[in-house]
Amino acid sequence: MLTVTKISRSFGDHQVLHDVSFDVRPGRMTGFLGANGSGKTTTMRIVLGVLGADGGTVGWRGEPITPATRPRFGYMPEERGLYPKMGVADQVTWLARLHGLDRAAARANTDRLLDQLGLADRAGDLLESLSLGNQQRVQIAAALVHEPDVLILDEPFSGLDPLAVEVVLEVVRGHAARGVPVLFSSHQLALVEQLCDDVVIISDGRVTAHGTRDELRTRYGTSRFEVVVDTDAGWLRDVPGIRVVELDGPRAVFELDDGARDQDVLRTALDRGAVRSFTPVVPTLDEIFKEAS
Amino acid sequence: MSIPFGAATRLVAEREVKVLVRTKGFWIGFAVILIGLFALTVLPKVFDSPTSVAVVGDSATESLTDAGFDVRRVDDRAAAEELVRADDVDAAVVPDGPSGVRVIALTEPPNEVLTALVTAPPVDLLEASEVSPGRRQVVIMVFALVFLMFGMGGAAIAQSTVTEKQTRIVEILVSTIPVRAMLAGKIAGHTLLTLGQVAVLALAAPIALRLGGQGELLAVVAPALGWFVPFLVLGFVLLASMWAVAGSLVSRQEDLGSSMGLVIILVMGPYFGVMFFSDNATVMGVLSYVPFSAAVAMPVRLFTGSAGVWEALLSMGVLAASVAAIVLLAGRLYAGSLLRTGGKVGLAKAWARAD
Repeated sequence: MLTVTKISRSFGDHQVLHDVSFDVRPGRMTGFLGANGSGKTTTMRIVLGVLGADGGTVGWRGEPITPATRPRFGYMPEERGLYPKMGVADQVTWLARLHGLDRAAARANTDRLLDQLGLADRAGDLLESLSLGNQQRVQIAAALVHEPDVLILDEPFSGLDPLAVEVVLEVVRGHAARGVPVLFSSHQLALVEQLCDDVVIISDGRVTAHGTRDELRTRYGTSRFEVVVDTDAGWLRDVPGIRVVELDGPRAVFELDDGARDQDVLRTALDRGAVRSFTPVVPTLDEIFKEAS
Repeated sequence: MSIPFGAATRLVAEREVKVLVRTKGFWIGFAVILIGLFALTVLPKVFDSPTSVAVVGDSATESLTDAGFDVRRVDDRAAAEELVRADDVDAAVVPDGPSGVRVIALTEPPNEVLTALVTAPPVDLLEASEVSPGRRQVVIMVFALVFLMFGMGGAAIAQSTVTEKQTRIVEILVSTIPVRAMLAGKIAGHTLLTLGQVAVLALAAPIALRLGGQGELLAVVAPALGWFVPFLVLGFVLLASMWAVAGSLVSRQEDLGSSMGLVIILVMGPYFGVMFFSDNATVMGVLSYVPFSAAVAMPVRLFTGSAGVWEALLSMGVLAASVAAIVLLAGRLYAGSLLRTGGKVGLAKAWARAD
């Protein structure tokens, strides 16, 4: 488990992180959500040791992270970049060796990853000759080639076309499935909602919510239901224990007061006629995000 | 699992070398130096045809032929003058009076011919120079030029550093290996390349001199050349660490010019210093101990015979000590500025290193 504990950091007079704490659990995709400038990248840089923290600690498997353990991390920085004038396979292999792999293992991993990412036929080309989308795939390969124990990906999907997102996702998920904790930041809520197991929401340098995706939904979900009947649903206004939030002909959204039961409302509705639909309204991450920040 | 400092350094060096030897510029630059060296030594022999003299009568023919001149016999003074005017010969020697001769030339007195015709009194040189002043100047110029070219070649280090900053691959590197290993690897890689090139030049120089028929010059240059290699390499390390800092202070290739000024002065300074003051013993004495210019000034002094071996060793010691100091200093500046992006990083800020 990767543990971030009470990290703070200022640039000049401006404090950008306030006691940021969260965990990234093994084998889980943890989405790191926040608006631009909320402190995502700074936090990730501190985890990677690229930046120092003014206070707080980052631990890995219960021990503070040292320069000796860090090469076991895989990192994809927000601002992409590899050597433009170096061959694709050459530089991925080189980075693998820099992380401690021997030449043969580095080469084998590189070939396998480039193949998985659909870049096998570009392996010998200079990086700068690839399209931006393909360069992005190489960047993923660079982060994964040494089979890291922890993956920190800063906005890994930005700039990727939908097809590439699928390809990259499959590779990253493969790592998570092997028990690697994956922390990835994004401001694309829909994507995070679809991918992540756990969520950390950061706003103005403070963690405002964190937990599993479903926990957060329950926690931030009010007891809201949507009901669709055949006739006008206006009668719901007179049902005790509920509050109608929205009413649009046969469709209504209502909230249960404490102690009221949804099944009672359903029964009442059925007594009055046909019920076409009756569903709990789960908040999207978007809504949680807005509420949490 | 992290790789040892030495291994990281070696990997960085390996990459620098591989990338650089794949660029055309590297080979073109090296080829230009090599070709220049051969041109300087071999070409004079090719184009150096003997001075031609038109001679009337028998009086001077023998002595001129013996002296190696290309002698052409003509019938009379008028014919001789015509050949001189047409620039077919360099000078003409015609009879003048009962036993004397007269020399005819176009614009300047032909000293070579005159020397051959007169009987000069014997001369004893108390401190004979083994090399003519002209050749000495050429050798000094070559030393200074080679220093200048390799010193400037260090700019590749600055460029490689900026590339890493500009593309942000530096973030991946810094999170993987120590910053000092990055610096050490860059310096080691480029120094190895420079050493390789200088070694090739040092081996090519004797061949070129032999081909050019300048064997006697070789005997004088060889010891100095032997000293020049270690001096140049140490001097290069000194410059290399400064080039690296110059590169780490800016974030974009376009801004590199603003941080390279000082290093360029440190490369040009010794070059011009040695070129201008090679005859001034005091200045050369000082230059041969100042770390940056020592790399070229001391070998030149060894070549001209104005410094002994102990002086060379002392100067090399001073140079090595300053290399150690500057590399340490550069390491801190490099680490302090590498991750700062945006504008140009001031030296004070780089030194403060608020990471």
